[in-house]
Amino acid sequence: MKMMTYAEGIREGMSIRMREDPNVILFGEDVGAFGGCFGVSMGMIDEFGPERVRDTPISEGAIIGCAVGAAATGLRPIAELMFCDFLTVGMDQLVNQAAKMRYMFGGKISMPMVVRLPAGAGTGAAAQHSQSLEAWLTHVPGLKVVYPSCAEDALGLMLTAIDDDNPVMYFENKVLLGMKSEVNSLDPIPLGKGKICREGSDLSIITYGKQVYDALEAAGKLAEDGISVEVIDLRSLYPLDKALIAETVSKTHRAMVVTEEVKRGGYGGEISALIGEELFDYLDAPVVRIGALDTPVPFAPVLEQYYMPNAQDIINAAKKMM
Amino acid sequence: MAISKEQMKDMYVKMRRIRDFESTAAKLFAEGKIPGFVHLYLGEEAIAPAVCECLRDDDFITSTHRGHGHIIAKGGDLNLMMAELFGRETGYCKGKGGSMHIADRDKGILGANGIVGAGHCIACGAGLSAKIRGTDQVCVCFFGDGSTNQGTFHESLNMASIWKLPVIFVCENNHYGISMSQDRHQAIKDVADRGAAYNIPGIAVDGNDPLAVYEAAAEAVARARAGKGPTLLECKTYRQHGHFEGDPAIYKPKEEQAAWMEKDPMPRYAKFLVENGVMTQEEVDAVDAQVAKEIEDSIAFADAQPLPSVESAVVDVYSDIVEEVRDR
Repeated sequence: MKMMTYAEGIREGMSIRMREDPNVILFGEDVGAFGGCFGVSMGMIDEFGPERVRDTPISEGAIIGCAVGAAATGLRPIAELMFCDFLTVGMDQLVNQAAKMRYMFGGKISMPMVVRLPAGAGTGAAAQHSQSLEAWLTHVPGLKVVYPSCAEDALGLMLTAIDDDNPVMYFENKVLLGMKSEVNSLDPIPLGKGKICREGSDLSIITYGKQVYDALEAAGKLAEDGISVEVIDLRSLYPLDKALIAETVSKTHRAMVVTEEVKRGGYGGEISALIGEELFDYLDAPVVRIGALDTPVPFAPVLEQYYMPNAQDIINAAKKMM
Repeated sequence: MAISKEQMKDMYVKMRRIRDFESTAAKLFAEGKIPGFVHLYLGEEAIAPAVCECLRDDDFITSTHRGHGHIIAKGGDLNLMMAELFGRETGYCKGKGGSMHIADRDKGILGANGIVGAGHCIACGAGLSAKIRGTDQVCVCFFGDGSTNQGTFHESLNMASIWKLPVIFVCENNHYGISMSQDRHQAIKDVADRGAAYNIPGIAVDGNDPLAVYEAAAEAVARARAGKGPTLLECKTYRQHGHFEGDPAIYKPKEEQAAWMEKDPMPRYAKFLVENGVMTQEEVDAVDAQVAKEIEDSIAFADAQPLPSVESAVVDVYSDIVEEVRDR
């Protein structure tokens, strides 16, 4: 067992595969000597050199497109976007190229690439550097989407993402980067497998990323009021662990979906709809979604804190469901 | 660079193949045999065969929505192409791509592309890949003048330049971005001028002269293979048809069209070959007859192929997820 930060988990996952396979490379804005905007790739340039840990110009379209061309011709590239908000600039290469090539070309081209996407609010970075845009990508056939919440998952999901022959969108929550947690295994974690973070019998909270911790905090407090909460960390948004969702909802008969994204058009809505369609008979109460305020992310800390969903929002909603 | 008679003949065969394939596609589209969109390479036949004459089988190309010519020039199979245009199960893309998305990884064809300007970045990736894997492969990126106003063009030329990537950017300047003429869509005459902004050679040649294209391309490919970085090669040509079949191209001045038809690369190159003793008229006629037969055969092949089963619609979205995506 070893304690690692979430950032170290990401870095170790990349480094393990880069040691084993010369075709795995990392590139993005300032990933080299600067170590990445959030220090995630700090030191990697010393181990792997500037050819394989490669600084790019500020050209998000070319960064993702370069990964597409490299993946199609024998490499297993990891491309970093400094903030997932910059997806807007590189979206064509992701949605119209990476996601569709295998299909459009009748299976003739493989697309083993990872795009790292630092996401989330809570850093005072305001509206263009704080979004949670996972639903844009879960909406696209051809992409896989993962979102780890702790160091061990960050490491294991990175290994699997690199090994995958499809484009994997790897979200990293910026607020979690410095958080330490136990790493007991260096094994790859299969995509599409969520985990039970806390067992309970009255309510299932289905979540991922930073909200896992809000959910656990809320579950602790709700226990004091006699409400037993089960917390599910999906880890992988597509493929989605539908079996685990069915298992927990059929046990607790109540489901709350908590995400940091704005609810409107969000992935939380997809999960809620799935529960409504497939598990309706198990439900004792309507599915509840908790998300962010339906606004851009505001700057001032007092506004930003108000914007983000928190444990108290979960507690209030849970009590109403009982 | 010296070009052999064999190469000159090979270029003619490919040009003729493209001309006949495209003329036939136009006819079949008008008859309703080809669904969707087709964007034809008619008038631009001198470019891709000359450029691809400088390439090896293991070199890469990226193509565009007007891609048939590039694919034929890089060695694409006419039967599989025609079957794909017909939307058949055994076409290049199993009926999932159509005219705008033909690819052949074994021949280094990284795909035609429906998004204008998308191939530039992908070509950089292929070039980076060759560099990292330590091969001396190169990648040719074909594109039109219209795409040189996309951000991706500029991002890619810059990236290829700073990393000295083995990429040859071949602009087929057909003087139109859909209906907008070059003098309306950009304030420069020579796209090649844009190379200077990225400190890479920018060369403009007569794109209706395959020998001029070959000479410039051979030098650019040699440069790329030697690790000296990218070149921007502009080949000036003309789109003889509309943007896609069905576009009557009312925006093109009649005099302009007539002037360019005088410069049609097909009769011009055939005449050159005969006059310079590279081929006899009989040999030219024999190639024409052989190609006409190939095209006829490709139609017969395509016609005989089965339609895709609807079961196959869920295949190849992912390498490993199949039945789950049938849910709707």
